[in-house]
Amino acid sequence: MMADLFMLAALCVLISVAGALIRAWRGPGRADRMMSAQLIGSGGVGIAVLIAAARSEPAILDVALVLALLAAFAALAFVKTVTPKGAGDPEADEAETP
Amino acid sequence: MSLAFDLALCALILGAAGLAVAGRNLFGSVVFYIVYGVLIALAWVSLGAADVALAEAAIGAGVTGVLLIGAWQGMKDAGGLEAEITKSLPVRVLAGLGAAALGALIGFAVLSLPGHDGLTGPVAENQPALDLGNPVTAVLLSFRAYDTLLETLVLTAALAAVWSLTPARFWGGIPGPKHTTRPDGVMASFGRLLPPLGVLVAVYLVWAGADQPGGAFQAGTVLAAVWILIVLAGLRDEPRLSSLILRLIVIAGPLVFLGAGLAGALAGLALGYPEGHARTLILIIEYALTLSIAATLALLIAGPARRAP
Amino acid sequence: MNAMEWFIAGLLALGVFFYVAGTVGLLRFPDTHSRLHALTKADNLGLGFIAIAAGLHWGDGWIAGKLALVWLLTLFAAGMAAQLVARAALKAEGGE
Repeated sequence: MMADLFMLAALCVLISVAGALIRAWRGPGRADRMMSAQLIGSGGVGIAVLIAAARSEPAILDVALVLALLAAFAALAFVKTVTPKGAGDPEADEAETP
Repeated sequence: MSLAFDLALCALILGAAGLAVAGRNLFGSVVFYIVYGVLIALAWVSLGAADVALAEAAIGAGVTGVLLIGAWQGMKDAGGLEAEITKSLPVRVLAGLGAAALGALIGFAVLSLPGHDGLTGPVAENQPALDLGNPVTAVLLSFRAYDTLLETLVLTAALAAVWSLTPARFWGGIPGPKHTTRPDGVMASFGRLLPPLGVLVAVYLVWAGADQPGGAFQAGTVLAAVWILIVLAGLRDEPRLSSLILRLIVIAGPLVFLGAGLAGALAGLALGYPEGHARTLILIIEYALTLSIAATLALLIAGPARRAP
Repeated sequence: MNAMEWFIAGLLALGVFFYVAGTVGLLRFPDTHSRLHALTKADNLGLGFIAIAAGLHWGDGWIAGKLALVWLLTLFAAGMAAQLVARAALKAEGGE
């Protein structure tokens, strides 16, 4: 009963993050596309937690842990692409950027 | 309810894969591929294969994104984004036919697999001899250890291939551009705060790998991600590729693995473990492999040297 | 269902609600910087409710700690990403 409830919630989160694919397709900016990947990443963390609880399988929680740990890596690589050669920091002022 | 979830997940995976291939916007395709990695990790979760799910979560959702975005940046710097990349119709038809043939072959291979249980039974029978709780580790490091040994050598060979692209004047130099960040900025703080947690998770994964899902490959990938983060955050530069210590770390895992196999040969069983010592030897190999896989993956993503030593 | 199970079901419903809110925001908000709000706030709140529901269902201290770590890592990553993506979007608008 509770397991079904957790799987139902996982299905709902999955359908919800599927909507983010529309934003990834339309853009318009690269930031918008990257944001939908972020949303699907955090949806993935939620879904992994829900499946772990539905099956009482602690190992799946480790998958959620790794997904959460590495969730921001692609976003970090992305924000560097707006700087020269992708080697700077968008927070640095133009004068500081060599 | 699980069936409904699996069907929706399959539809989404096919959708994300299709959009990654069909899109005209190259950065959009990169994003769809990252999304595809997350979804595939969830598919392995749903199939109950936590070991594979861990590897896919670290590789597909984490490291591949950095690699592909780096490749996109390289194309942009080289002016490749504006170039006309549309191929002629025959080329596209041939590519489509090739992909379809490969897909049919894989489908055929999957359908011709022996029944449901596969090798679960024999593995469960022989696993107690190794004193390992995780059947996947038992298969990877004992029953099919030569596969894993060759895979680690493939990784090392791939790194040699990437290094061979280095221009002569940069040989043994430093890969990638020098990353600079605002010292007190968000990026630098993130690069200081996350690595300790990442190292903790990696140590946990390789420690857990003996008896639960986890292992050298998963832990090595997380460590590689930590390495890449520290470089991207501008806290440490990439190492010189001529560094002896670095090269020793890269080959330490395969060397220990080969050494254990050769020691087995001297004891009468090539690539085998002496009775009663399997668990100890497997753990030593796992820990050495973790470091080598971490260094190899991080250096593969950093690419050939682009600055003089 | 007993009271605890109803409570967990309520938490799950809240979690799903915030995930849906995040998606709706990402699709409906007019510009990149508004959409960033939907992304970094709503779905992390959703994950928080889901993590609490999973922790209560499991009823194990170690698991609860791991769930808390998962949630904190996600919050942390989202905070970092929000700051930097906002800057990146500003630069992209000005520079390209």
